[in-house]
Amino acid sequence: MDYELSHLKMLEAEAIHIIREVAAEFERPCLLFSGGKDSCVMLHVAMKAFWPAKPPFPIMHVDTGHNFDEVIAFRDQTVDRLGVRLIVASVQESIDAGRVVEETGPRASRNRLQTVTLLDAIEEHGFDAVFGGARRDEEKARAKERVYSFRDEFGQWDPKNQRPELWSLYNGRHRKGEHIRVFPLSNWTELDIWQYIETEQVLLPHIYYAHEREVFRRDGMLLALTPFIELLDDEELFTTTVRFRTIGDATCTGAVESSASTIEQVIAETAATRITERGATRADDRISEAGMEDRKREGYF
Amino acid sequence: MELLRFATAGSVDDGKSTLIGRLLYDSKGIFEDQLESIERTSRDRGDEYTNLALLTDGLRAEREQGITIDVAYRYFATPKRKFIIADTPGHIQYTRNMVTGCSTADLALVLVDARNGIVEQSRRHAFIASLLRVPHLVVCVNKMDLVDWDQATFEAIKEEFRGWATKLDITDLTFIPISALQGDNVVHRSANMGWYEGPPLLHHLEEVFIASDRNLIDARFPVQYVIRPMSGDHHDYRGYAGTMAGGVLKPGDEVVVLPSGFSSTIEAIDTADGPVDEAFAPMAVTVRLADEIDISRGDMISRPHNRPQSGQDIEAMVCWMSEQTQLTPRAKYTIKHTTRSARAMVQGMHYRLDVNTLHRDHDVPALGLNEIGRVTLRTTAPLFFDDYRRNRDTGSFILIDETTNTTVAAGMILGASQ
Repeated sequence: MDYELSHLKMLEAEAIHIIREVAAEFERPCLLFSGGKDSCVMLHVAMKAFWPAKPPFPIMHVDTGHNFDEVIAFRDQTVDRLGVRLIVASVQESIDAGRVVEETGPRASRNRLQTVTLLDAIEEHGFDAVFGGARRDEEKARAKERVYSFRDEFGQWDPKNQRPELWSLYNGRHRKGEHIRVFPLSNWTELDIWQYIETEQVLLPHIYYAHEREVFRRDGMLLALTPFIELLDDEELFTTTVRFRTIGDATCTGAVESSASTIEQVIAETAATRITERGATRADDRISEAGMEDRKREGYF
Repeated sequence: MELLRFATAGSVDDGKSTLIGRLLYDSKGIFEDQLESIERTSRDRGDEYTNLALLTDGLRAEREQGITIDVAYRYFATPKRKFIIADTPGHIQYTRNMVTGCSTADLALVLVDARNGIVEQSRRHAFIASLLRVPHLVVCVNKMDLVDWDQATFEAIKEEFRGWATKLDITDLTFIPISALQGDNVVHRSANMGWYEGPPLLHHLEEVFIASDRNLIDARFPVQYVIRPMSGDHHDYRGYAGTMAGGVLKPGDEVVVLPSGFSSTIEAIDTADGPVDEAFAPMAVTVRLADEIDISRGDMISRPHNRPQSGQDIEAMVCWMSEQTQLTPRAKYTIKHTTRSARAMVQGMHYRLDVNTLHRDHDVPALGLNEIGRVTLRTTAPLFFDDYRRNRDTGSFILIDETTNTTVAAGMILGASQ
């Protein structure tokens, strides 16, 4: 025996350690689940961490109401299959309650509104630790975030005043009303996620694999035709074979042209790609150089 | 594929960002949209060349001030290994950040400017890497193009550095002459330095032998969480979940549980993928014992004839990390060590270490930000520990300020206090 672990086993062990640590030290953790590949992997690892028991915390979906139908169906199937408890925090309800005002115009998105819904739900349920599937390789503001990311009573992140994080000793101390965002997949890359999905046969919504879809071009991205989006005058619909590299609000998540219909083909494509997943497919990151940092400061995922 | 974590240290002028940019770019770890984005920003700022530091300096304040504030993590892979870089800034809060970056590193990479030779900062970086017991140290003598690829310059720096390193505890020390700007000996072998017989940096990073760095002798299993399914199928299941912190455990092994001192035998080592024949660091597993004994989080499972030290009085080196407060005698903190937390009081402060000269200053009232010193701690509950030099997992701790809840110190255990 050579006592060596593959990089995937090391990453999985690290994530399991973090998830167990949170379950042991916090009173009310919850795991954010969007149906996206990172949250699918995170939930898969959480299931493994407590086997043969179930994770001792619920999962929460922040529902913008602007969903791909396939993803909602997948979410509900997953909850049934795994026997975990689902909480849905609805952006529509936040709008109806007057907590947020919907953006208008053809480029309206509910992406930023999610933050209010998320923070309200954290307060309502009294969550003191919230697992997120964010990775440091996704975005440069995230590259500097801790595994345990402290949030004050307003849910804010202060990047210049983060706790040092050493060895595998995580400091989860907080006062009532404050909470910790926990990112067990911090050290995974997009390719690691896909290799893990292959090795572990993690189920994903079908829209991650190549399929035919009606799309149009906007700002260099392919956006899907949905009831939530208005076409501009010069935009034309066409049908092509696409897949999604990330899943978010349907109005700001772009598809990529691809014929990769199996995990193996997606891995080959991911290994060869020269553009980051958020650069290729996320209109929400294109607001400015510091778009992600600004949203994170407000309490975004 | 194996994982190698390494920390880099150096200031802007050493060419560290250029080196990291070169490693990432030549190994395709930078994506086109990232490169376009920093090219655009460099142009807008009027920089003469594409500033690769912008890749890691992502925060608004960093871009505005042109400095790196925090440890940034970068990822790349070659067909042989996956790499995680902890990129630590050179100027402000250098010690705090480098201690953080080194705490999880297999290897530390220190940059030296060939024109300037060994400077105070190089010595400091080497010392911190040795204090944190990073098993491998690589000194990259950079900007060789600016000294006409001169072998004598390289050899002189190497000799001087080796002289300093004898005062430190460094097991594996490697020197590589490079030009990060031109790419010599970074990914590809240099055509300009035929006299250098070693491998280029990336080749060294791919090949350096890290498997023997782990402790496979002292079995240590800090209990993290007790798994009791409370369901029909697994009604009587009771497993102790945790991450192996040293040694090897097998089903059938006789073990002892601390602090109770009860003995038992390992019945099985479970994972969600099925039982395993052996568990070793850093595997996350669930241990089941043959006997029903009372075990909870913070307990330590080890072998009867190879136990960790146990006690409430600890000698340690600490690095102070808080701007707001100082470490003073009699002060009380929360200590977090493996999966165990307790309160700790500073019983004695012995000296402050000058990280540039290694001089011990015995007459100090307190430790401030970025200062390192030797202290005696008294804890409210016994800890089960090893010397840090023997085991980085069971030999490390953090101190937490009980009023602000922030992490104020990193500690490395030297042994039990007499």
